[in-house]
Amino acid sequence: MRITQGTFSFLPDLTDEQITAQVQYCIDQGWAVNIEFTDDPHPRNTYWDMWGLPMFEVRDAAGVMVELAACRKVYGDRYIRLSGFDASHGWESVRLSFIVNRPANEPGFALERQESEGRNVRYTTRAYAAQLPEGERYS
Amino acid sequence: MAAILSTVPDPGPPPPPAPAPAVDLRADFAASGLPEIFDELDREMVGLAPIKRRLREIAALLLVDRARQRFGLAVGAPTLHMSFTGNPGTGKTTLALKMAAILHRLGYVRRGHLVTVTRDDLVGQYIGHTAPKTKEVLKRAAGGVLFIDEAYYLYRPENERDYGQEAIEILLQVMENQRDDLVVILAGYADRMERFFQANPGFRSRVAHHIDFPDYGEGELLDIGERQLAAMNYRLSPRARTVFAQYIALRRGQSHFANGRSVRNALDRARLRQASRLFQREDGPLSVDDLTVIEAEDILASRVFAATAATEEAAP
Repeated sequence: MRITQGTFSFLPDLTDEQITAQVQYCIDQGWAVNIEFTDDPHPRNTYWDMWGLPMFEVRDAAGVMVELAACRKVYGDRYIRLSGFDASHGWESVRLSFIVNRPANEPGFALERQESEGRNVRYTTRAYAAQLPEGERYS
Repeated sequence: MAAILSTVPDPGPPPPPAPAPAVDLRADFAASGLPEIFDELDREMVGLAPIKRRLREIAALLLVDRARQRFGLAVGAPTLHMSFTGNPGTGKTTLALKMAAILHRLGYVRRGHLVTVTRDDLVGQYIGHTAPKTKEVLKRAAGGVLFIDEAYYLYRPENERDYGQEAIEILLQVMENQRDDLVVILAGYADRMERFFQANPGFRSRVAHHIDFPDYGEGELLDIGERQLAAMNYRLSPRARTVFAQYIALRRGQSHFANGRSVRNALDRARLRQASRLFQREDGPLSVDDLTVIEAEDILASRVFAATAATEEAAP
């Protein structure tokens, strides 16, 4: 199951050229670009690990792409996303975020039903990948 | 949002450029916006004739390369890394800024900003500190020009555990592999740079343009001084001008002479003396002229004259 989230979730995966163009857009807007990675694909997982620090001082997308290549080398089997952080007053939040790397095999989610009081049913999604400990999920 | 989305769909291969029957280099030159930069260079920077000629040569080469590309003639990505050698105060940093602008106009660097660093910014203090630091700087300089001042300090042969070597290796790798991402300019004194290149032959072969900055002549230094004053809305009185010419001649003979920078420092001190002279004057309010003119006595009070007078007295 192909997991999608973020700004371009409805599009096929971006090529490196397209990623570069997006990164340059972020930089031109004055946003700091971050690289984050995780191997917990749950949509409610907001705690992605950061690869290095937010890149506040980079003026050209090439600088970010070098870091992305380095991150892919180490965590190429996990999800990696880029986000553009707008530090300007009144925003101070992520303005754009998209997935740039995904594992080769994405097993997807199980839907669990829990029967509770009366005839109520509670639903939980559980990622098949997350049944293994962190670091072993996609290797 | 529109700007974001418009970049996403794959536009497919770009249409092949229509074969142009001929190329007008003059029109190219005018369209690139280079004439303004060269005019600015001629206007703002005194002397340096060989350097200006060299810059025009480089610009011409890049323009011709671009024209060749349009005809589909094979052009290897030109190596643009440079080394600027010369004494302190000869305008190396100022020219590096201009170089960044020129390369940007020609499209050889994408952003045209200049990142100035020294050994401190590249070399770390403990094992494993250097590589991230150097890479951080390279990331910042991507798309622009990286200016390494006093580059020979990177290499310290007397300490075999020096981390400078690590920074050098990363730099060399990037200078080779990311030639289209950034241009590196190394700067420093001629003799020490020469030794640096001898010890690191990799650098010499990766640096295409070695540009040597000559020292300024006395007339040029006087010209520089007057331009600096004019920029600050000051001027020299006719007598102060002759005295300042003498000052330059004397100062040049002394040690630690740093060309343009020494001139600037001397003028800063003259302004200081002018201010205290005006402050101590008792007669009436000051006119605009009083405030802008630097008199001979402001310059004559300099230690440089005192030292010569002392040696002349001691001599006979």
